[in-house]
Amino acid sequence: MKTKYLHVHRLRRVYVWELPVRYYHWLNALAILALIVTGFFIADPLALQSKDEAAMRFTMGWVRLIHFIASYIFFFNFLFRLYWGFVGNKYANWRQFIPTSRKFIKEMWTVFKIDILMLRGKEHISIGHNAMAGFIYFLTFWAFLIQCLTGFGLYASMGTWWLPKLFSWVPAMFGGDIMTRQIHHWAMWFFILFAVIHVYLVFYHDYVEGRGEMSSMGGGWKFIEEDVFQNEEHHTPNKVKQ
Amino acid sequence: MSNEIIPTQQPTYYEEVQRKGYSRRDFLQFVSMMTAFIGLENTAIGQVAKALETKPRVPVIWLHFQECTCCSESFIRSSHPIVADILLDKISLDYTETLMAASGFQAEEAMQNTMKKYKGEYILCVEGSVPTGADGVYCMIGGKTSLQILEEAAENAKAIIAWGSCASNGCVQSAKPNPTNATPIHKLVKGKPVIKVPGCPPIGEVMAGVIVHLVTFDRIPELDRLGRPKAFYSKRVHDTCYRRPFYDAGLYVESFDDENAKKGYCLYKVGCKGPSTYNACGVMKWNNGTSFPIQSGHGCIGCSEENFWDNGRLYERGSSFAGFGIEANADTFGKVALGVTAAALAGHAVMTNVRKKKLIREVEEEGKQNEQALKS
Repeated sequence: MKTKYLHVHRLRRVYVWELPVRYYHWLNALAILALIVTGFFIADPLALQSKDEAAMRFTMGWVRLIHFIASYIFFFNFLFRLYWGFVGNKYANWRQFIPTSRKFIKEMWTVFKIDILMLRGKEHISIGHNAMAGFIYFLTFWAFLIQCLTGFGLYASMGTWWLPKLFSWVPAMFGGDIMTRQIHHWAMWFFILFAVIHVYLVFYHDYVEGRGEMSSMGGGWKFIEEDVFQNEEHHTPNKVKQ
Repeated sequence: MSNEIIPTQQPTYYEEVQRKGYSRRDFLQFVSMMTAFIGLENTAIGQVAKALETKPRVPVIWLHFQECTCCSESFIRSSHPIVADILLDKISLDYTETLMAASGFQAEEAMQNTMKKYKGEYILCVEGSVPTGADGVYCMIGGKTSLQILEEAAENAKAIIAWGSCASNGCVQSAKPNPTNATPIHKLVKGKPVIKVPGCPPIGEVMAGVIVHLVTFDRIPELDRLGRPKAFYSKRVHDTCYRRPFYDAGLYVESFDDENAKKGYCLYKVGCKGPSTYNACGVMKWNNGTSFPIQSGHGCIGCSEENFWDNGRLYERGSSFAGFGIEANADTFGKVALGVTAAALAGHAVMTNVRKKKLIREVEEEGKQNEQALKS
């Protein structure tokens, strides 16, 4: 019955996401979820009824407090991830996010071909962030930046700490708070759309490739075929000297 | 034709006050009020009083371009009569189209005289925006375009005050598509300090406060990043609103004239722009401190904010999304995008099962084989 096992892959375990990266990921996810929910409430609060006197209630106050706490977590978490892009492993390296080489762009095309157009391809897609994903995360970092700038810009006139006050130039640049909060609100939709597509693609990769895509953000490892590993066919989108 | 009426030595403000028949008490009342308005300590009252007693009145040229004169109206209705009687009456002697007695050549000559005689000393107050479209023909006075008049008057001015939203940020006439190309003052005048006093109109006491500050300290008040005096524009209307506790409690007017409106709840959900508007309305109020829009049951429309006309609808929090029709706001657009994304992903999922059938079956088969190979 040996022939039965001809197709069986031998998989090698690769430690892709280090613990700090996983912490960052889930903290980020929680913060974004909290920010979106509270952000929607702040933009258009529910008509909650209560017999309490106004003085006994602090609904909007609490919602805003959660929004502000989550924003600080989000901000420092973001800064930490930028730092980790310089000290983390090759999969976390900042070079995997910016299309600076032909290799990177070529892999983006490969991903487009295999995952979007669903054509057949023999190329190997990176086990960490593939080039397309890396580039999309690069865009999300810009969205993070926009949200931090506009959010802390709006907060600057309320805050007493020096940190948010550093952002007071932002509303001035947009000519006032009205425009700034609109940009803040529009940019939120990028996060929602990103989250939907991101979660879908994780399911997709896990389903089609069977390499442990979904659990990788839990344990940190993904799996790679033995022959690919032996032939050194596997690469990251950009080279990293370590 | 000579019209040399300007005395060589200008009288002081206090002399003018006395001449108008006000008592010392009235004067000190006015001084205390102004000191409080411009955000100074109690001890500064003496300083302000002394300045108004000893300093000759500052020569002022007050120009009117594309505007509705509501700034002037607001100013002469500020709560203390001395504001109108002395600050406006006297300063406007030099030149102001709306209130001066002179007309025609005499008026133009008065302006020329002031500009020559007080070179580098006079304050230029500008009410209204400057239309630069079609070579400036939309607003011409005495055969000159607004821009020519502004440039001429600004050249030797000590400081420039941009009264109201028109002069500060263009106001309604610069709303899209801005047919006359109405332009705020700070974009046309270079190398001179421009104090923006936005609002449609600005509060009369705020206007008086800016002038008193200039007279007392002989320098322009501290300005924020947008060029507005910090004393009046550093707080949002929201921060000083007496309905703020209802905002924090989460109690809102859902529609005008509902039960919540009668209870005086927060107007946030019916489009109040107080949370994005920097002004002193909640503290100083209007018409001798009688009321302000929110107190009268209407949300703030953000009249002192740049582009308030184009930046959102008056009775909604969200605003229209440029390029997607007037009914589409960011959320409608977002929901549509979300729907499209969901549909695309569903399509992709279906196609995955079709196109990658072989691959998926291989992985599945492999798993199943291994499962069977294992002993239970």
